[in-house]
Amino acid sequence: MTKNIQTVAVCGAGGTMGAGIAIVAARAGYTTIAYDMQEDALQHSYEQTEAFFNKSVERGKMSELERDAALANLSSTTSLEGLAKADLIIEAIFESLDVKRDLFGKLDKICPDHTIFASNTSTLSITEIASGLGRQDKVVGIHFCLPAQLMKLIEMSPGENTSEETFQKAWAWAEEAGQTPVKTQDKPGFILNALLVPFNNDVIRAIEAGVAEPADIDKAIKSGLGYRMGPCELLDLIGLDTQIRLCEAFYPITLDPRASAPPLLRRMVAAGKLGRKSGCGFYDYHQDAMFGG
Amino acid sequence: MSYEIISNTGSRSFPDGDTFLDNAQAGADVAIYLGGASGEDASRKAVLIELDLECLGEHTGENKGDEGSNCVGFARYRNGNDDPSQLIELVRQPKTNEEAIATAVEVLENAGFDVVVCSDQKGRIIDRLVRPKYNAALRFLDEGLATADDMDLTCRLGLGYPVGPVERVIRGDLARHHDISVNLFYETGAAGYAPARRAVVAKRRSAE
Repeated sequence: MTKNIQTVAVCGAGGTMGAGIAIVAARAGYTTIAYDMQEDALQHSYEQTEAFFNKSVERGKMSELERDAALANLSSTTSLEGLAKADLIIEAIFESLDVKRDLFGKLDKICPDHTIFASNTSTLSITEIASGLGRQDKVVGIHFCLPAQLMKLIEMSPGENTSEETFQKAWAWAEEAGQTPVKTQDKPGFILNALLVPFNNDVIRAIEAGVAEPADIDKAIKSGLGYRMGPCELLDLIGLDTQIRLCEAFYPITLDPRASAPPLLRRMVAAGKLGRKSGCGFYDYHQDAMFGG
Repeated sequence: MSYEIISNTGSRSFPDGDTFLDNAQAGADVAIYLGGASGEDASRKAVLIELDLECLGEHTGENKGDEGSNCVGFARYRNGNDDPSQLIELVRQPKTNEEAIATAVEVLENAGFDVVVCSDQKGRIIDRLVRPKYNAALRFLDEGLATADDMDLTCRLGLGYPVGPVERVIRGDLARHHDISVNLFYETGAAGYAPARRAVVAKRRSAE
């Protein structure tokens, strides 16, 4: 276990990403505090965590002893003061610069000097999140992929003022937690979303330009490139409203035309076609028919 | 459904020795032109014209959006100069005969290929979509966003790609990527197609 990091707190642990990160930490043997403002959300996450660990035992991926130990590592709180003993705090709360700054500002007054603050942001600048804090040298980006409890990849980004010691401690923690970290600069979207968001927009623009139907695009990408999922299937999975939010996070910063939300995307969201979550996106999940087909 | 190879002056889709060439039959209902050759034959159910970087309209002519006949364009997808994949992109015009498209799909699927249909636009489906991504990855590399290995690892682990973008574009030949990108940039004017510096360097070195 990484020296000095023994207790990990996860903010936003009532959500899908936060709950997954808490699983990663607890499973790796760290005392893990799940924090959320909503008690019922924490309870729901705990039940899902318990079910996940039970499934892991059933599938032979962990022993009953390991499951019990992981669950014993977990506690929860709705009080920020309850995070006072954390050595590493990972926030996975709403993707808003103001909201994240506000959280870290409050925690800055509660936590000891050595506590590392990590942001799971996928689009915001680590440097901007850390700006104004008394401990800018101890803020780092740790971006997990969904579902965090299954995906090994972590994009790790130092901000302008992050110390090398902080970055190395966080890196070592990620590795000891069984993850695979990659280092990126503190730039919009890091690697994953910087490549994916414009690519997905290009796909939507190709559909709008009448290049091909969504099903043909997906088939081409899967057959020609060997991707497991076609881009239209992926967009439906992540949600077309989420794609707009990502565009609105990137475009004002990068002014890259490829990052701007395509008109078709906006029309589909306005029409309630959000993807799987609404039953219809590029594909119709009620009738298995194709959008526009 | 049988097919006849009318002209083969060096095909990117079916290199010499490809079994698709061996199974051709003279006098079949479907005529196939390979390697940049083209022709018209209204007596055939379909005339397939192999495309490289060009549009089908360059072979058939165009008419205010009313163009279309029994001629269908096609290209077997290759990642640059990599070996051909099993995917064939069929290219149609606005008024292309539906029977010709169905016939082309049948012939190619019977030969074991995955077939998709797209309109007659530059880059067809895959190159239109992936070339800006490869240019972005190459620019990110120059700008120090991450190492090439980390970018590729991120895409493999995070997106399930079998091969990362930097490895793939280099494997397909950066000079060829340059040519495809320039072709798309000339047609669209979109900055994403402007070839990345590393592709320009590779192209210039290949010309030496």
